[in-house]
Amino acid sequence: MDIHEYQAKDILSGYGLKVAEGGLAYSSEDAVQRAREIGGHVWAVKAQIHSGARGKAGGIKICKTHDEVEAAADALLGKRLVTHQTGPAGKVCSRLYVEAGTDIVKELYFCFLVDRSSERIVMVGSAQGGMDIEELAVTNPDAITKIYIEPAVGLQDYQAREMAFALGLDPEMMSHAVKTIKGCYKALRALDVSMLEINPLVVTASNELVALDAKMGFDDNALFRQLKIAELRDKTQEDPREMAAADRGLSYVGLDGDIGCMINGAGLAMATMDMIKLAGGEPANFLDVGGGASAERTEKAFRLVLADKGVKAMLVNIFAGINRCDWIAEGVVQAVRKIDMKVPLIVRLSGTNVEEGQRIIKESGLPIITAETLAEAAEKAVQARNEVVAKEAAGEI
Amino acid sequence: MAIFINETTRIIVQGFTGKIGSFHAQDMINYGSNVVGGVTPGKGGQTHLGLPVFNTVKEAVSQAGAEASIIFVPPAFAADSIMEAADAGIKYCVAITDGIPTQDMMTVKNFLRRFPVEERMILTGPNCAGTISPGRSMLGIMPGHIYKQGNVGIVGRSGTLGYEAADQMKRLGIGISTSVGIGGDPINGSSHRDILEHFENDPETKVVLMIGEIGGPQEVEAGLYAKEHMTKPVIAYIAGLTAPEGRRMGHAGAIISSAGEGAAEKVAILRELGVHISPTPSSMGETVAAVLATL
Repeated sequence: MDIHEYQAKDILSGYGLKVAEGGLAYSSEDAVQRAREIGGHVWAVKAQIHSGARGKAGGIKICKTHDEVEAAADALLGKRLVTHQTGPAGKVCSRLYVEAGTDIVKELYFCFLVDRSSERIVMVGSAQGGMDIEELAVTNPDAITKIYIEPAVGLQDYQAREMAFALGLDPEMMSHAVKTIKGCYKALRALDVSMLEINPLVVTASNELVALDAKMGFDDNALFRQLKIAELRDKTQEDPREMAAADRGLSYVGLDGDIGCMINGAGLAMATMDMIKLAGGEPANFLDVGGGASAERTEKAFRLVLADKGVKAMLVNIFAGINRCDWIAEGVVQAVRKIDMKVPLIVRLSGTNVEEGQRIIKESGLPIITAETLAEAAEKAVQARNEVVAKEAAGEI
Repeated sequence: MAIFINETTRIIVQGFTGKIGSFHAQDMINYGSNVVGGVTPGKGGQTHLGLPVFNTVKEAVSQAGAEASIIFVPPAFAADSIMEAADAGIKYCVAITDGIPTQDMMTVKNFLRRFPVEERMILTGPNCAGTISPGRSMLGIMPGHIYKQGNVGIVGRSGTLGYEAADQMKRLGIGISTSVGIGGDPINGSSHRDILEHFENDPETKVVLMIGEIGGPQEVEAGLYAKEHMTKPVIAYIAGLTAPEGRRMGHAGAIISSAGEGAAEKVAILRELGVHISPTPSSMGETVAAVLATL
């Protein structure tokens, strides 16, 4: 789960990280009011969306008058911002963070993340901040310092010092830097943070370390014990279909294709989508219905897939392990009878009681296309989709 | 031989008396697995499914000679159960539980590293379907009947995609020595590479099928191991060709978060390392058959 910059800054300042004075605004009047409260002559008006690289997308505006703050707020509120992290659909900005301008001497990059290879938290820093770290990793990997943290003893002072020196900080800033870095690590451990990125971390004219931006991601599996964090969830930043799916206990990811999918198991779901692609089609979604796949769950899954109006054919691929193909077939037949399906349905069942499952589908009298193998199912789905598209083009639908 | 479990392996179930634990314990018993009891703290001394219930894993080890365990404990308590098993002297543990926090798994891995290698419990999972040595023992939640006994090792992250592979192979008359699910989490007990090493040392296993997916470095690390240390052929299929960057595809670990973690990139690297590639998920069986035919 991701949170907004202003939320991350609020959390981290409680752990000793210095941030510029700022306030939240939901309207341009709010924004001007925040600028007045903060005082000074320069403010940053920042779109609060769940994405990095907001600056490049025009989501951060530097203002020198209250009129400029108002104009910036008007321009950003309600705007759909597209960054390389949001995908082409972008994310709508409905909150702004107005922050005092900072007198920047130097921009640094700093983050903590879970390193899957070493199975440890790794601290990553670079004296070349403010730019895309992935780009830097390719163009100048030596400019990046990585320090791995032993989980049993945690981050040590010497490691924080190593990082501070790698960031090129003055020796007189050392104790402040160590305190800042250790504070971030403490937050990370205490709150089940999976990613904490401060880009840029800046050195100010008064030799202070200030977080100009802050991004935090949390381990979804740990939200049961991080109830205060879970409350920070902003549903407007998440795909409504994915939220609806999560509420129904289904795992769904919306994609750009037009062949809807319902599969049990994440790996088999990805594999089925691969088969669709190899057969010349594009999947409309990833959907794992899980092990249970009861009739009720099946119906919910059908409704979710078909809520995407771009779907031109639907493929069901179930490998029955613990459950049985005949139960799943009953569920599919029931769902199709309840929902007025307008697109062709291809069903492939495998595993326990497969013959019985196929018989139920055949005898239902419903126009369900069946397939025996994964390859056959994908080919038939793409073929059915192509027929629908051809009919649409001919004006028959 | 097989790896990790066979017909004599003495198995206990942690989370034995719960609904899910009971269901799968019965299924394992029906398959012929040598289940000797289970652990549910506070219910020690009772009998469940005709078998003794223990309060602690230590008791299960000392009184029932438990060697392997399977964990059905809820996510909030699962890491604790895994560490209890390791400390009690369990040799092999499968964690079925889905949803264990990543930091808990870091603690578990760190805890396991404290034991000398020869005394260290082998953990597979969490968030997996378990391990099966067909015809001998099942320590998992898979449909046992789709696995035929033979000499192909399988290691994979996914449950149902592993079933698909076993089913394809059975149709072609190909059997399996052991199939190991390592689970879909970002930090797991054993990696693809770890399991390849066990298969390399198992005289019964002739070839290994590795079923990987997007996200993380494990498939490539396994490919490097295969190239440098294995005499047996490895066949791989990597799921997630159509998965977009930065989106989690069901499994907690199935997310492309940096360069090299996509399916096409992993396939290209594995091919370079001499791993046989099954180009599609429906050709896993055929590809294994073709490689077996060359031996």
